[in-house]
Amino acid sequence: MTFFRPGFRHPDLPPNEAGYELRDYEGGISTLCAGCGHDSVNAAIIRACFELAIEPHKVVKLSGIGCSSKSPAYFLGKSHGFNSVHGRMPSIATGANMANRDLIYLGVSGDGDTASIGMGQFAHAVRRNLNMVYIVMNNGCYGLTKGQYSATADKGSIGKKGEPNQLESIDLCEIAIQLGAGFVGRSFSGDKQQLVPMLKAALSYEGMSFVDVISPCVTFNNTPGSTKSYHWVREHREATNTFDFVPFRQEITTEYAEGKTEAVTLHDESVIYLHKGDGNLQITDRRQAMDALEEHKRKGLILTGILYVDPEGEDTHVILHTTKRALNALGEKDLCPGNDALADINDRFR
Amino acid sequence: MKRISSVNDCVIRFANVNGSGSASANNLFAKAVFRMGVPVSPKNIFPSNIQGLPTWYEVRVNDQGYIGRRGDVDMVVAMNGQTMLRDYMDLLSGGYFIYDSSRQLADDFNREDVIEIGLPLTSMCNGAFENPRMRSLLKNIIYVGALAFLLDMEFSVLTESVEKQFRKKTKLMEPNLKALHMGYEYAREQYPDVCQLKIERRDKVGDAIMMDGNTATGLGAIYGGATVVGWYPITPSTSVIEAFGKYADQLRVEKETGRIKAAIVQAEDELAALGIVIGATWNGARAFTATSGPGVSLMNEFLGLAYYAEIPVVLVDVQRAGPSTGLPTRTQQSDVLSCAYASHGDTQHVLLFPASPYECFEMTADAFDLADRLQTPVIVLSDLDLGMNDHLSPPLVWDDSRTYDRGKVLNEEQLLGLQERWGRYLDVDGDGICYRTYPGTSDKAGAYFTRGSAHDEYSVYSEDAQTYEKNMQRLQRKMETAVSMLPAPEIFCENEGGRIGVIYFGTSSHAAEECLDRLNREGIPVNGLRVRAFPFHQQVSDFIDRHDKVLVLEQNRDGQLRTLLINECEVVPQKLISVVHYDGLPLASRTVYSMLADALQKAGQHVSGDDRNQGGAA
Repeated sequence: MTFFRPGFRHPDLPPNEAGYELRDYEGGISTLCAGCGHDSVNAAIIRACFELAIEPHKVVKLSGIGCSSKSPAYFLGKSHGFNSVHGRMPSIATGANMANRDLIYLGVSGDGDTASIGMGQFAHAVRRNLNMVYIVMNNGCYGLTKGQYSATADKGSIGKKGEPNQLESIDLCEIAIQLGAGFVGRSFSGDKQQLVPMLKAALSYEGMSFVDVISPCVTFNNTPGSTKSYHWVREHREATNTFDFVPFRQEITTEYAEGKTEAVTLHDESVIYLHKGDGNLQITDRRQAMDALEEHKRKGLILTGILYVDPEGEDTHVILHTTKRALNALGEKDLCPGNDALADINDRFR
Repeated sequence: MKRISSVNDCVIRFANVNGSGSASANNLFAKAVFRMGVPVSPKNIFPSNIQGLPTWYEVRVNDQGYIGRRGDVDMVVAMNGQTMLRDYMDLLSGGYFIYDSSRQLADDFNREDVIEIGLPLTSMCNGAFENPRMRSLLKNIIYVGALAFLLDMEFSVLTESVEKQFRKKTKLMEPNLKALHMGYEYAREQYPDVCQLKIERRDKVGDAIMMDGNTATGLGAIYGGATVVGWYPITPSTSVIEAFGKYADQLRVEKETGRIKAAIVQAEDELAALGIVIGATWNGARAFTATSGPGVSLMNEFLGLAYYAEIPVVLVDVQRAGPSTGLPTRTQQSDVLSCAYASHGDTQHVLLFPASPYECFEMTADAFDLADRLQTPVIVLSDLDLGMNDHLSPPLVWDDSRTYDRGKVLNEEQLLGLQERWGRYLDVDGDGICYRTYPGTSDKAGAYFTRGSAHDEYSVYSEDAQTYEKNMQRLQRKMETAVSMLPAPEIFCENEGGRIGVIYFGTSSHAAEECLDRLNREGIPVNGLRVRAFPFHQQVSDFIDRHDKVLVLEQNRDGQLRTLLINECEVVPQKLISVVHYDGLPLASRTVYSMLADALQKAGQHVSGDDRNQGGAA
């Protein structure tokens, strides 16, 4: 919890390609608890948008209700934001995206917001392969209402109240893969090295980019028996692969040894380079992704990294065959057929 | 025996089995009456079922242009064994009973005041047509042919209608024409001079169209500039979206690419349907959804958000008798209260009440301007009767010089030119309506974070008590502004000496106005006002003030409009007398007349008219 943010920025930090400085991507002062994982995710979002040189006002921030859903107030202050209704961010995002396909839609949700009250909307936004980044800040509990278990809490995990969770947990990444998300990843709020490039890749993907970020709740679920604590996640995660994300038009500066990398090219020509040897997962294979997640779960490990990418996925606008122009930019000329057409229609009803 | 005898004034009821292909034959008949220049009003009374249950199609023919349902039946075409006896018993004395005489009538069919007209439809079809599926469909066409003779209609109007309908499917045209002729010839040979109901050519429909309200509503959304649709299937609103989609495919195609200038998203439920609308309008598009009562229940949470966060919404509620396992295929006006105050906290919504396809079109198109101008939900309250039945209506018109009123929206240049600091919820004009911006407008100004009501005038998070109160008062002021923009009520008739008034809205208008005509003709001065919008205009209060008693006619049990009038116009409850009808069938003028007569008696006005058999056309 910070009440004051110093105006000082590192003098050597140059503006990005679009001419914006890092501070142009910052938001309001966070009112989340000190040490909350969500603030680290917010910092990663700021960093990813800055590095991709996205014009800040071209991003639309959307959220539901909960601690996580307050987050969009704490990053990208030059973007429009919408703190909507509990579990309903995906429908708001769908409508917003339909209205203007030229902006970038960044949805932030929590595990309660997505895996319980918003399960239906989450599932169907994924099925539409809506072109958005859907981040779940996943801490296994309801923070704003003081620590009840959420549907992603692992069975047997013990939170602050001391009673173990009795119910089976929902794996949002598995559901997202099954329901047709084009890009699915899992990360940890404490791993900036992994999270920032993952968000950059997610932001560049055209279609549903679902990113589940385990983001510990320091107040209610950072206990020794919790499987969503900082300690537990650090000890029990395993990455699928290490990867670099190279945005479109950017020169590749890293040298990769022959046969050691695999490139996945996204719609906008940006490329994800996966370093093989760290893991054997073929990330364009849905079934392998599911198997790997289950296999790690069986071993008591959390699998992180980019889990699945469908470079061919078609987003909602492609499916609906809508115009490539932003619908909100069309006026009477485009939309209103005029009285002559109406007279013809009248004739058909005589 | 006295036979019912009339020219261009009758009710013919077709009793069929759902899914037997009768709808198009019955429609062919109604359309033929219309094409003979005679006002006609068909009502489809159908079950919540795809195949097998009873369905009725009731056609009222009326020279004087009374197009509400009349009630009572002069002639029935009884094609459904399940309901045959009831259909027989329900006929007025002197009425005509048409049935398939391939089977003999049972002994119960023993009325002496009914004229039985047997047509051996099954035998005729079996003899004339090979294809078994076609046989059952053509049976319906044969009875239409027979009706043409019995009612002395212009046969050529029917044959031309069939030719028009099947001009692209010539293979079907021939058997249909043959069936028409078979029926006509059979009736001519067997039943000359039997039927004394006649339909004669007139010139009484002018340039009117016969359209269902939902088609007009869908067109209103096309013309009003809707580009995003979020929806979930629910009877009786589904055909609004189907119409929008059909006309979007015709009229919203991008020439160069073939792409559609609209996005129609079938959502997972009504919550998401409205969420899609809110997301789209917040982002600067025009968007709408259509639903019915249960859908409105689900949308309550989002309606509250839209009200508080001041986001335009156009919601079409095609009302029905709910819940889902209620009477979903029957009509009502029973969402008035649930829509007027939908959602949590202190909310109030703009309602529009169309009464014809013409108004469905006009009010839906206007709703987009109103929603943008007022930055709030606007609900178009149609109903199943209006939405799904064909209505005689003035043709739809569009003023080509009209531009869309997008309300108070600032672009980058306007934002940067402001002298004062811009505030999303800052009321600079004093009308309660503030200036908004669309996402993506500028990297220098205009971005804001949208929340429900915990914000100050600059959209900064605030839980301050006074800030909240002030904001709520401004929202109230905005509703006051709304009134002047809404369609004014329509005074149907007002006599100097009339001490009693009737208030009604939507599809109650047809029966109400027919009865008002009749009462006034009978020397009982009763005045009538049709409400067209909520919040109410001052004229509504004034009308109530001018009368000693006011009858409020509506199609729900609890007198919801009456409650709203008492609440909003601050009327003494005793002054408003509830006249309600809520059995799910379209209002019938003969029923309404007797209900009004009873209510007038109670209000101290003597009524002597025979409430049953004189009919509105007397």
